[in-house]
Amino acid sequence: MHNEHSDTHFQSRIDNGEHIEAKDYMPEGYRKHLIRQMSQHAHSEVIGMQPEGNWITRAPSLRAKQILLAKIQDEGGHGLYLYSAVETLGVSRAELIEQLQTGKAKYSSIFNYPALNWADIGAIGWLVDGAAIVNQVSLQRTSYGPYSRAMVRICKEESFHQRQGYEIMTTMMRGTKDQQAMAQDAMNRWWWPSLMMFGPHDSDSPRSGDAVKWKIKRETNDELRQKFIDKTIPQAELIGLTIPDKNFKLDEKTGHYTLSPINWEEFHRVVSGHGPCNKQRLDHHIKYHQEGAWVREAAEAYKLKTAKKELVTA
Amino acid sequence: MTTKDATYNYAIRLGDNALILGHRLSELCSRGPILEEDLALTNVALDMIGRAQALLKYAAELEGKGHTEDDIAYRRAEINYHNHLLIEQPNGDFAHTIARQLYLSVFEYLFFTELEKSKDATLAAIASKTIKEVKYHMQHAIDWTLRLGDGTVESHKRMQKGLNDLYMYTGELFEMDHIDTYLLHQHIAVDTLSLKAKWQSEIEKVLTEATLSLPEDTYMQTGSKKGVHTENLGHILSEMQYLQRAYPDAKW
Repeated sequence: MHNEHSDTHFQSRIDNGEHIEAKDYMPEGYRKHLIRQMSQHAHSEVIGMQPEGNWITRAPSLRAKQILLAKIQDEGGHGLYLYSAVETLGVSRAELIEQLQTGKAKYSSIFNYPALNWADIGAIGWLVDGAAIVNQVSLQRTSYGPYSRAMVRICKEESFHQRQGYEIMTTMMRGTKDQQAMAQDAMNRWWWPSLMMFGPHDSDSPRSGDAVKWKIKRETNDELRQKFIDKTIPQAELIGLTIPDKNFKLDEKTGHYTLSPINWEEFHRVVSGHGPCNKQRLDHHIKYHQEGAWVREAAEAYKLKTAKKELVTA
Repeated sequence: MTTKDATYNYAIRLGDNALILGHRLSELCSRGPILEEDLALTNVALDMIGRAQALLKYAAELEGKGHTEDDIAYRRAEINYHNHLLIEQPNGDFAHTIARQLYLSVFEYLFFTELEKSKDATLAAIASKTIKEVKYHMQHAIDWTLRLGDGTVESHKRMQKGLNDLYMYTGELFEMDHIDTYLLHQHIAVDTLSLKAKWQSEIEKVLTEATLSLPEDTYMQTGSKKGVHTENLGHILSEMQYLQRAYPDAKW
């Protein structure tokens, strides 16, 4: 008979394809891995509101403004939903935010790049959300129940985001010379960072081993990256965007595209805090969190007062 | 003045209110005191831009020059904008934002309840959709007014200051000019003057519960119906209209 609190029993449940739920036994390493990955995901949603928010007030049509607002609202909602999912693992949102602000927790490095022209909003939707979807579709089958269910819900909205991003790029490529130049400029800046979103090559990814064994991660970084590349290059070509890589080609035998080597030096530099906007993104988050402290205190004080009043009248 | 011309102006005024408030609230994206509030304010902004689109589209139709709602939003100068001065005021701190939301949403609730009875079918339909949204905006503003007013010493002070600072822009909400009067006689426009007492008593009720007080009577600023704004609007428009102005031939 299995001991329900043993790692062997846990692993056999994983191997049988069962979902692990919040109250189930799980090894400490599994819990830690999930907290790290899920909170990083939540933080990414929230920090990602900044580069897109940078363009709401300048969105060039009322329709574009509404779509962008709705999209950013979705991202914030995903953040909220994911924070709740992490809380099932015994960490509060306040602790998670502190980890973000002290640099203990990371967010996706992609948001350390600036959104410089309107086509960047297209590129973020199409490439960044496009890359995120490939990863998240895979995570729908992740072994932790609350995370898996969050992914199912999030994927539905992300595919809408990806489509609206591609629509912006398409419109701009059909537009004036200036618009085409903006779209290509955005493509040039976002292409490589979006490929880096999948993380280091499998051979250099220290955490992949356990995550695969525990079925938190169902496919490897390189497998997911290849899926994204194969899906995205034809989309770029269809609307006349140039892939900013002179060496990319389709391998007729495998049906996969091959590219020049990724600049991992840049990846590590941005991850370690030296991207164009790392400081700006964190400073922004901290500034508004601090400025909101008196509001949160007031809400808390009011809640206590009204609870007392209810006690008296009850 | 024909009914069509007057209704065009009326739709522009209502559309501008929604557009400019949508702009101001959008500025708060990723700047909320908590994530839930970030979403709530974005949600109000989204309602506002949707309302602006419907009203400016109607204005474009009435104008009959083949313009779109985007032409109207993005290619007009300050003097042709007619949103209330209250709406273009900067967000300030969170209490300031809530004070603006409170003054305005209580007014809008009363206003759109009346506009729903308009003889102009389009305005009545827009009002009917809007009233559902405004109920939520008003509840949101009231809830926060109570929390801030009756929360901590600091929040009380800030909320009272927000209310005081913005009070001088509330008189304009009830002004009636020749366009309003003309359309009122045709049962198209709302008699805003008649809403004032009700507005004041609603606001007072909320403020009393929130342990706050209605600001003292003061000189009421005016000008938006003539296109005379505060210095804020020019900055809003230069940001909002940037792409449309810089690339006039582009379609987005």
